[in-house]
Amino acid sequence: MGEILRNLSWRATRVWRRNMDVFLVTLPIEGLPAILEPILYLLGFGLGLGTLIGSVRYLGVDLEYIRFLAPGTVAVAILFWSYFEMSYGSYIRMYYQKTFDAILATPLLVEDVILGEMLYATTKAVLASTVMLAVISLFGVVAWPSGLLVLPVAALGGFFFAGVGLVITSMVRNISHFNVPMSLFVLPMFTFGGTFFPIDVLPSWALPIAWSLPLTHVSFLVRSATLGIASPTLFVSVGYLVVGSAIFGALALHRMKRRLVP
Amino acid sequence: MTRQSGDSHGFAIVARDLTKSYGASEALRGVSFRVRAGEVVGFLGPNGAGKTTTVRIVSCFLPPTSGTAEVLGLDVASRPRDVKAILGVCPQEDNLDPDFNVLRNLLVYARYFDIPAAVARRRAMTLLEEVSLADRASSRIDALSGGMKRRLVLARALLNEPRVLLLDEPTTGLDPQARHLLWTRIRALRATGVTVLLTTHYMEEASQLCDRVILVDHGAILLDGAPAALIAREVGQTVIEAWNHTPEFLAAVRALPGRAEEVGDRIFFYPDDADAAERHFESSFPDQERLLRRATLEDVFLRRTGRALRD
Repeated sequence: MGEILRNLSWRATRVWRRNMDVFLVTLPIEGLPAILEPILYLLGFGLGLGTLIGSVRYLGVDLEYIRFLAPGTVAVAILFWSYFEMSYGSYIRMYYQKTFDAILATPLLVEDVILGEMLYATTKAVLASTVMLAVISLFGVVAWPSGLLVLPVAALGGFFFAGVGLVITSMVRNISHFNVPMSLFVLPMFTFGGTFFPIDVLPSWALPIAWSLPLTHVSFLVRSATLGIASPTLFVSVGYLVVGSAIFGALALHRMKRRLVP
Repeated sequence: MTRQSGDSHGFAIVARDLTKSYGASEALRGVSFRVRAGEVVGFLGPNGAGKTTTVRIVSCFLPPTSGTAEVLGLDVASRPRDVKAILGVCPQEDNLDPDFNVLRNLLVYARYFDIPAAVARRRAMTLLEEVSLADRASSRIDALSGGMKRRLVLARALLNEPRVLLLDEPTTGLDPQARHLLWTRIRALRATGVTVLLTTHYMEEASQLCDRVILVDHGAILLDGAPAALIAREVGQTVIEAWNHTPEFLAAVRALPGRAEEVGDRIFFYPDDADAAERHFESSFPDQERLLRRATLEDVFLRRTGRALRD
């Protein structure tokens, strides 16, 4: 691990730049979902389902369902944009395109490649959140200026899920293996991560499980920002994500290095 | 005195006792060699012999299990960034960036070497000219032929003006035109003093390009020398190949001074005296189908590594 930390350098930004260049080339296609998804969610679930539900009870107050849902969709975007980039995206660059091999023939080291990848995923999560924040604010569901805190949350959550994604990428032997963490990790979080309903309604035995999911903390933080609610629990969630980011970031570096340098 | 000039003594690459094991299997078992500055050296050997493993160790891709390698006096294990800054690497598989066009591939790659954008653009245009791709600067990568891709990979390996070039099977899968174009480029590079270490399965390529060839098999070096000298020493000047032969002909060949090998339906005869052998065959077996030809590196290769299939 010491060697890995020593090898971290500013050169990681070269990898970040390369990925950003590709992102800008593919933006017209990649960017569309960032704008459309929240609109679809808010129209379909928010207005459609919201009409049936009316309001939900959240932290002791009655809340219009769309105000509850909107930050949940941003949290999901942070997960998806970072995790999918570091799972399918990194795997394609590593295995099919041999992009990492090409870069490793230059003065860059494996550590630069992996850190650059994680910075890129983090950037994508922040960019997606920015767009979504702008879109949902059109529905009048964002409190300002606290809503801006969504962006540092996106950076933190994006980095966390980048580390998780790369740890999984370091393990899969075949691109179809990503279906396993998809069913066991991503979809359960998507459903039970405090995104579409308040987790307080879950039976008491399920609450600790829900709080153990990283997305629960991301959606809690995002929602606190868009609603403008402060509570001491925020520090717990930030702490969870900071510690988790350090652990998974280090694990991603270690495992990807072992995979790329056999 | 700096380490660089102290240890290299005019050698561009020095490898000492390289071994590489993956669990129980040994890919390299003690490979030592030296490449003089400005020399073109070819690594030959069957699939799995250890050619690519050697190249990957020298290019800092793969740490050896034991042993050391230096490029221009720089140790690959302790100074990988410095080594890779002066190396040009052409990998076996094309790993161009499919999301960028031809020129952009070079410009993005130049950034990894900290080459300023203006310099990178100038070099990229010159290199594209040299590998006959100037008119394809804005082409998509998947629109290029195999030969064009190889040439672009070579151009990319030259962006940092490397002093040592590592080419892993640079012409595999190319048509003769593309192969000759690459050979011309490699000879031009040698003329400018660039050191080249290449691997190849094409004996003609090795004969055409290399000052020296190193034959490896089962992770160890079998032979090391100039192509002509190796041919003369290992198999002699001439080979007589015969086919559709009778047992009597085979017996006659065996009775002559020289070395005969029966491989499948063919006889390879390396005569001590080719003229005498030919006169004998002409008079005693006038209808025997056969070919008298100069011995090549391929004969050396097959003699030393056997004729069994490798995968």
